[in-house]
Amino acid sequence: MSKRNPEYDFKWCPGCGDFGVVRAVELALAERVNRLHEPIENTALIAGIGCSGNLVHLQEGPQPYGFHGIHGRAMAIAYGVKASRPDLNVIAVGGDGDMLSIGAEHIGPQAKRNVDMTIVIMDNGIYGLTKGQASPTTLGGVITATTPYGKLEDALRPLETYLAVGVSFIASSVSSKPRELANLITEAMDHPGFSIVHVQSPCTTYNDTYEALKGNPAKGIDPMAHDVPTNHDPGDWNAALALVKQPGVPIGIIYKDPNSVPLHQRFTEARERVRVRTRSVEQMLSALEI
Amino acid sequence: MGADLVVRFAGEGGQGQVTAAEGLAQAAARVGYHVQTFATYPSQIEGGPVWAQARISTNEILTQGDQLDILVALNRQAYETHISELRDGGIVIYNSNDFDTAPPGNAIGFDVDQLARDTGNPRAGNFIMIGSVAQLASMPLQYFTEFVKERFTRGRPNDQEIIDGNNKAIVVGAEKATESGYSVEALDEPPAKTGKRILAQGNNLLCMGAIAGGLEVFYGYPISPATTILVFMENNLNQEGQFVGQTSSEIESIAAIIGAGYSGRKVMTSTAGPGLSLMHEGLGLAWISEIPLVVIDVQRGGPATGLPTKTEQSDLLSALSPGHGDMRLPVIAPGSVADCFPAAIHALNWAERYQGPVMLLTEMSIAERNEDIAMPDLSAIQVESRVKSTGEIGNRRYAGREISPFPVPGTVGAAYVANGSEHDEQGDTTHMPQVHVDQTERRFSKLKLLETDSYYDSENTSASVAILPWGGSKGPARSAYNRLRVDGLDLAWYFTMFIHPMPPKLIEELQAKDLVIVPELNYLGQFSSVLRAMGINAHSITQYTGLPFKEGYLVEQVQEMIAAQSGKLVRA
Repeated sequence: MSKRNPEYDFKWCPGCGDFGVVRAVELALAERVNRLHEPIENTALIAGIGCSGNLVHLQEGPQPYGFHGIHGRAMAIAYGVKASRPDLNVIAVGGDGDMLSIGAEHIGPQAKRNVDMTIVIMDNGIYGLTKGQASPTTLGGVITATTPYGKLEDALRPLETYLAVGVSFIASSVSSKPRELANLITEAMDHPGFSIVHVQSPCTTYNDTYEALKGNPAKGIDPMAHDVPTNHDPGDWNAALALVKQPGVPIGIIYKDPNSVPLHQRFTEARERVRVRTRSVEQMLSALEI
Repeated sequence: MGADLVVRFAGEGGQGQVTAAEGLAQAAARVGYHVQTFATYPSQIEGGPVWAQARISTNEILTQGDQLDILVALNRQAYETHISELRDGGIVIYNSNDFDTAPPGNAIGFDVDQLARDTGNPRAGNFIMIGSVAQLASMPLQYFTEFVKERFTRGRPNDQEIIDGNNKAIVVGAEKATESGYSVEALDEPPAKTGKRILAQGNNLLCMGAIAGGLEVFYGYPISPATTILVFMENNLNQEGQFVGQTSSEIESIAAIIGAGYSGRKVMTSTAGPGLSLMHEGLGLAWISEIPLVVIDVQRGGPATGLPTKTEQSDLLSALSPGHGDMRLPVIAPGSVADCFPAAIHALNWAERYQGPVMLLTEMSIAERNEDIAMPDLSAIQVESRVKSTGEIGNRRYAGREISPFPVPGTVGAAYVANGSEHDEQGDTTHMPQVHVDQTERRFSKLKLLETDSYYDSENTSASVAILPWGGSKGPARSAYNRLRVDGLDLAWYFTMFIHPMPPKLIEELQAKDLVIVPELNYLGQFSSVLRAMGINAHSITQYTGLPFKEGYLVEQVQEMIAAQSGKLVRA
């Protein structure tokens, strides 16, 4: 909050990737307020539980409405907000544990409904807040607090998952480039439909991937992160799938359904098409009269 | 001449028992009788043992009836299962196509299927049975032929054909009954109609009450016996700006209505036991983050999948204190079909008034039975809405121990963080001991806003022993109470649909009683355990068969309980 409680007892570790993500969210919201002349209070930011969810408390400057709920349900709460208040700009934020493990069941339904909201997933490949357990995106074979023999499960491939369940806008980035990330979040918010911005946001304490993402020529480490090729067509689902099957972390827009029709528009159009017959309670009761 | 007729149609799913019972009830209600139906069926789409019954009376009906006057048995299993409930002198109508040995006693056998085919409408079996029943009870066939005409005049080319077939079936059934020479006591003339009446099911009335109470957004997931609420809402909560969504699970339902309630809308979901279990964490979130919402739990037999299509009152403790942590939710439990309409309005008003989750606890027996009730008075409805912030308190959403103006997203100058972690007044997470003390007390103190003395009924309150049913056991308990009073027992009567918080004056009165008897459909005696914690000497009469109480059983149990307490029956 802008006037933060001095007793507020949550801090990110120095160098945490989430600092870059909160900065990007602030930049994207500031840009939106300026461009659309819309009060920041028109945005609701719904956060999950985990290190990343604390983003909702750690924003600087003008504050949107926030909701810091329960583990795994940010996307479902956000669906409830957006479907009942299509006028609001709705964002949900959370980590890979929150969004891809306990809350993964909510991705598919929101994608199929094409709820017009933006999900920012901070992927550090580990459970940080609970001190270093394997998460869905922890690589197979890695030793963590809960995988003493090396992780037996294969790592989830989130970008492929999003494509498979029909997410209509998918972007991928890294937390160390907050301006680029802010632009992707802006594009996601502007997309009429369900959008996910997947961010590699390293955990400096339990899974420091900065060097792997950026590369280190001195050590002969090639960077995992690379820009989406300029000739990639985000409107082509098959091309998007081919792109995310490549090794590494693409930065940019992976997929953007050119024919995306969001839930509230489908609802309005369907109501017009079937010419909904409404009844007052009095009419409903009268129909039951003996 | 008699005041009352109970008819049960039993057989296999798909043989039209429910239609027969409902048709009989509708036709009887149309000419002025009071009616109540009750059905029980297995959790499968077709087949399995299904029975449905109709009670028709010249008086207000409180229970589905202890004994049957007429049993229509469509197969041998149905006959063997239900014959013990036939009263002395009752009559069995059986399908001789299914079993050939005539049962002993007053039994009429005929081949329902063949007779139906002979009418030209193979689906007219229901009306053959209805015709027989009507003749046995000396009800004019004209009641039913007029009902058929009304019901099947649907503007289709074959209307007349169906009407003729069904009317022929009624006559055929009546002839079979006449041939048998049997009859039950003739039903008295129907009472004169007083005011407008409707024939309704509990779940549909809950929905209409909620819509009258200002409901705007509903999310739900299909589950017996709550599915009809979701279906009704999908088809009727459809004014401009309203929204209904089918979710992917009850976890998503509760999360979605939390989001919708947070967004400023009046919201509701419905479920049954297994879904309520999945909603526990979400209900805790709604309690701590102070989001107004209503959850309807249509109780069925539990735990786990339990008895999905039977009735029970075993979710009370779960509704009062779902999930973990310090909380006690407001609970409203309607006692009858008629109670459902105001209960839904009260529940929404409570949620808005104290800004938090409210449980609306009903049960399968109320949810799906048809009953004639007085037309609800729409002019008497008072709809409340939460006090909304206009930015005057800034972001101090959780300040003090009183209710705070609710900041609706979009309102400039009132942005805050709704928080499921312990939080300070502006919604910042903090785990400081004093903050948890203050906020915990704030959440509980808000319940005082819901305490009211206006809403309970009582009778003969000077007696030292009282009967206090809750929820759907109200009808059978009242029926037993009436009989015990006629028998001279000095017994007090109390009922409230406000389970928590209970009206304070009611608590005081109950605390002064020597014994409070609580009929309830669960093993644990859940409500009486809650009452005992309030210093009330409450003891339960329990039943956990998946079926509602019968009057006779409650009369016996009350007498035994009082005898055990005092050594002898207390006489007036």
